[in-house]
Amino acid sequence: MKGVSFHHALTVREELCQGCTRCMRNCPTEAIRLFHGKAHVHPDKCIDCGQCMDACPFDAIVIEQDDFEKIFSYNYRVAILPSVFIGQFADDIPERYIYKSLLDIGFNEVYEAEFGVDILQTIGNRFSTYADDKPVISSYCPAIVRLIQIKYPTLVKHINLLRPPVEITAMYIRKKLLDRGIDPKDIGIFYVTPCAAKIAQIKSPEQQKPEDIFTGVINLDYIYNLVQSNISKNKKILEEISSDLPIPPLTPDAGLWSLTTGESSTVSGRTLAIDEIHNVIDFLEKLENDEVKNLDFLELRACAGGCAGGVLNPGNRFLAKERLFHRSQSMKEITLEQEAMICMQASYLQHYIKRDRIEAKAVFQLDEDISKALEKLENYQKVVNALPGIDCGLCGAPTCSALAEDISKGIADITQCAVLKLRRTDDNLAIKKVWGNSLEPHQP
Amino acid sequence: MDKRYAIPSGDFTHAGQASSEIKRLLKQLNIPPKIIKRVVVSLYEAEVNVVAHSLGGEVLCSIDSEHIKITVSDRGPGIPDVGLAMSEGYSTASQEVREMGFGAGMGLPNMRNNSDEMDIKTSPEGTSIFMNISFKEN
Ligand SMILES: Nc1ncnc2c1ncn2[C@@H]1O[C@H](COP(=O)(O)OP(=O)(O)OP(=O)(O)O)[C@@H](O)[C@H]1O
Ligand SMILES: [Mg+2]
Repeated sequence: MKGVSFHHALTVREELCQGCTRCMRNCPTEAIRLFHGKAHVHPDKCIDCGQCMDACPFDAIVIEQDDFEKIFSYNYRVAILPSVFIGQFADDIPERYIYKSLLDIGFNEVYEAEFGVDILQTIGNRFSTYADDKPVISSYCPAIVRLIQIKYPTLVKHINLLRPPVEITAMYIRKKLLDRGIDPKDIGIFYVTPCAAKIAQIKSPEQQKPEDIFTGVINLDYIYNLVQSNISKNKKILEEISSDLPIPPLTPDAGLWSLTTGESSTVSGRTLAIDEIHNVIDFLEKLENDEVKNLDFLELRACAGGCAGGVLNPGNRFLAKERLFHRSQSMKEITLEQEAMICMQASYLQHYIKRDRIEAKAVFQLDEDISKALEKLENYQKVVNALPGIDCGLCGAPTCSALAEDISKGIADITQCAVLKLRRTDDNLAIKKVWGNSLEPHQP
Repeated sequence: MDKRYAIPSGDFTHAGQASSEIKRLLKQLNIPPKIIKRVVVSLYEAEVNVVAHSLGGEVLCSIDSEHIKITVSDRGPGIPDVGLAMSEGYSTASQEVREMGFGAGMGLPNMRNNSDEMDIKTSPEGTSIFMNISFKEN
């Protein structure tokens, strides 16, 4: 197991953080602690799922992105959009307006990330899973892959080792541009992301390669604003100037891929789709206990509704989903001509279709040395039993057991427990009224 | 370190509690994933057997730096023919238990395959199963 931290896209803006503990209590991996009244994210435990950002009422948690102007350092600029981007716009704004506006703000070409689904299905004879153990777990959502790496080390061998469609799309486009004779230095491929996890994944040193799949990442809400204002400004002429704009093809399968059940419905065998990170955690506990039998494929997504629920989407996720469904009804199967285009790149893509093996990261170990870890574990058990067990968060840790773990590691102190302190003072009658005797130490 | 868990008879909703908690402890000790998996499978099957086939019992886990020793004991009615019970596919599980997804007759064989050492003592007064799993990968 490796000790290296992930790259993280989420950061706390200390000047805005009020120390309200909401992010800390919502974090599914207990990665956040309060320190001097500010939230601090533990880099090893953070999976960039964005729950903290969603919970923060002060906008104190932000997602890094590349400066938009960076795209102009490249002569040939490609935007890769998640399909859910289209779903952010009101129904009366045609797709053409959105595509045209993306060209107007500076891109030379625009593709939807899910085009990779069509590529994979064309070159891969519909094979879409490859892993050591069953059920195969989708590798599509990077927050889920990280969750498994840190919290479910026994399940890493279930993760699908094929590259996700978005990377296939980018590789395909880059190869096509290179074949056209464009200088590699001139090509800029930018991903427009609906969430933090995808940024973190793209920027991680351990992934990327075949010639550096993405040049940069731009947050979806930022691009949304640019496109929306372009549409407002040019509404009158957009109808005319976008009338014969070619829109890259997409099949209905691909167009719905990023929504819950979008992927699992295309995989054969017994499949299951689960969304929202806490639901996923409950399920992975069961899977790890070997309580789940006979499943072939698991689609797991950190956000409710799949990518439509991404934290950077400005619109309502149910409306976004409805628009994508509506749109998929007029989508067509891939034509022979398109298939031929894809097949020209087939051998190149097949060569790089597999991603690197995924390693577990032992971030919950108490000590490298097992004897010392055992000692700390004994200590931890004692402390847990002494703590009130109400997970109030006033100590700066999300739960009593998280505090006990910190104490046993020597990075926190039992005097941080506000409830134990209250118990010692004489005038705790008001508190007793609320809590009865539950503040007394419970029996081990 | 010793951990003890009571297992009431017939309560399938809580079967797996001991294995879940032991799993968490083993992760804190950074035991290799393969070994954790073997412990969890062995312990979970043992727990379910106590719930499904006995009048209730308990699990005792002793963990040191080299292995985990698991003793699962119950208050009867015992296993009449251990040799038969250990064979794959043999089960006396009721229809009700089968409907809950148990009763394939793979529990005891799985426990034997996943532990380094296994010993069963049984009489009408109760069954006691001892399992030892080493933390060393081989
Ligand atoms: N603790 C026990 N007390 C009494 N009988 C038991 C006990 N454990 C197992 N048995 C008997 O041994 C048989 C085989 O057990 P085993 O765990 O291999 O299969 P199962 O429990 O029937 O099905 P599965 O474990 O696959 O769900 C059981 O059907 C039961 O008759
Ligand atoms: Mg059994």
